[in-house]
Amino acid sequence: MAKILVIAEHDDGQLKLATLSAMGFAHKVCADMGSSFDVLILGEGISAAAESLRGYGAASVLVADHAALKEPLADKYSHVIDDVARARNATMVVGAASTFSKDILPRTAALLDAGMISDVIDVRPDGNDFIFKRVMFAGNVIATLKLDGALKFLTVRSAAFAPPPKTADASPMTPVAVDAGKLPSQIEYVGREAKVAGRPDSTEARVVVSGGRAIKNAGDFERLIGGLADVLGGAVGSSRALVDSGITPNSLQVGQTGKIVAPGLYIAVGISGAIQHMAGMKDTRVIVAINKDPEAPIFEVADYGLVGDVYQVVPELMERLKR
Amino acid sequence: MKILVPLKRVPDPDTRIRLKPDGSSVDWDGVKFAINPFDAIALEEALRIEESQGEIDVVVVSIGGEECTEQLRAGLAMGADRALLIRAESDLDPLAIAKMFVAVYQREKPDFVLMGKQAIDDDSNQVGQMLAALLGIGQATFVSKLELSDNNTIARCGRETDGGIETVTIKLPAIITTDLRLNEPRYVSLPGIMKARKKPLEEITVADLGVNVVSRTKVLGLAPPPKRKAGVRVKTVDELVDKLKNEAKVI
Repeated sequence: MAKILVIAEHDDGQLKLATLSAMGFAHKVCADMGSSFDVLILGEGISAAAESLRGYGAASVLVADHAALKEPLADKYSHVIDDVARARNATMVVGAASTFSKDILPRTAALLDAGMISDVIDVRPDGNDFIFKRVMFAGNVIATLKLDGALKFLTVRSAAFAPPPKTADASPMTPVAVDAGKLPSQIEYVGREAKVAGRPDSTEARVVVSGGRAIKNAGDFERLIGGLADVLGGAVGSSRALVDSGITPNSLQVGQTGKIVAPGLYIAVGISGAIQHMAGMKDTRVIVAINKDPEAPIFEVADYGLVGDVYQVVPELMERLKR
Repeated sequence: MKILVPLKRVPDPDTRIRLKPDGSSVDWDGVKFAINPFDAIALEEALRIEESQGEIDVVVVSIGGEECTEQLRAGLAMGADRALLIRAESDLDPLAIAKMFVAVYQREKPDFVLMGKQAIDDDSNQVGQMLAALLGIGQATFVSKLELSDNNTIARCGRETDGGIETVTIKLPAIITTDLRLNEPRYVSLPGIMKARKKPLEEITVADLGVNVVSRTKVLGLAPPPKRKAGVRVKTVDELVDKLKNEAKVI
């Protein structure tokens, strides 16, 4: 009997959509095994985000709302998740494959002496156990694997699991008691750089416009990549080359070591298509590549390729779309 | 002060990974190997701390077969002072590796561990966090900026998160995992290679460490990802917009 604990993720009280994919994974397992899942949200002042988790069939929405949990620090969050997983006899702890889960869940897994699989893209029952699929080698290999142990930790790729169906009944909310005096305090929060406001996150957007080496400076990036993204109501992304040269901030990087995105439409502007970059976007539904080099590897994965100078093509495209 | 830097032997990042036809494993024939790029960044950072402070012992450690001495020698050639190879079977999963590093940590008693956030072969991104948990110490993952203070008892770390750079301070000892922008690792120099030959490289077995670990992860098979079907070239912006609107229906 599987008892799944999904760890919700939010951004200052705003639920991250990837959480719904992790719940979608749990829903799928529960449908196969006839079991139930809980979802745990941690933070301070998170009642709105907790409320938004109630309509998806969770047995309960567990809410650890405490000032000591205001920031997602791995030592404190792991401690609370550890307690909850033990108290609820969880057999699986699941989060979306984000920096939040990657920081916290391996730590919690080790506290519970549980094995973990990262970046799961598929699950199916195998007797009383499960067979998983995950990506490795920058997305070039898909491994089929099993994980022994009564408790398993997983992160799941959000593109691989649809949100669970909406339910008419709201899941009950259960507060989780937090004893702040017992929380470890090895890590102290200092601050976070201000986010660029106004555009969606590339992991959650329907359209992502991404710029690469062909973009010469930050002004051009904003004008061409930002401009095209705004016309389409989309997010911006970047290749590693632009991050390394200081043109774009690291949080925009799409790829093996950056963000994994899978929007409906991904427009790669002046990106050659290194395997590390393609690892971050090849699950997109429709890929458009604009590049002046007709031999660029990005064209091998693009649904629509346009050979041309991005400095001419992108302004023309913006004009055409605005019409 | 002592800094421990784990180095993993991985296929060179520019290698195209091919699988054996039966999907039992990667076809390693002719593959070039390197230090995991994130681990090289960790080592570079340790060396920079050594160069700015002096009196620091930088110890590189690898877990695996005899072939890992190649990457340990490369680490020594970059400037590490000492190397340790834990002879073990390959294909250990992250929790098993973390448990072995606990024993290495207890043997070496470093002031902190600097290691890559993930290895570019299995991409798990787990070992550092698990090691920190098992040792009951703090962690800072995905670090792109590192400053030591208070007589090397506190590390101020800039972390690359999905939402942007987050800054935390952690008490040392701790586990610090490195991200791409922390530094650019130096190239190995010829004098470095010559010097490395005289540096100690110790080999011990898992039994010497007194740990008994098993991998709970069992790989049943490997396969290439589904191929995207070949797309089409469009000649003009008008044609592109028409396809996106009327064929793909995404705008």
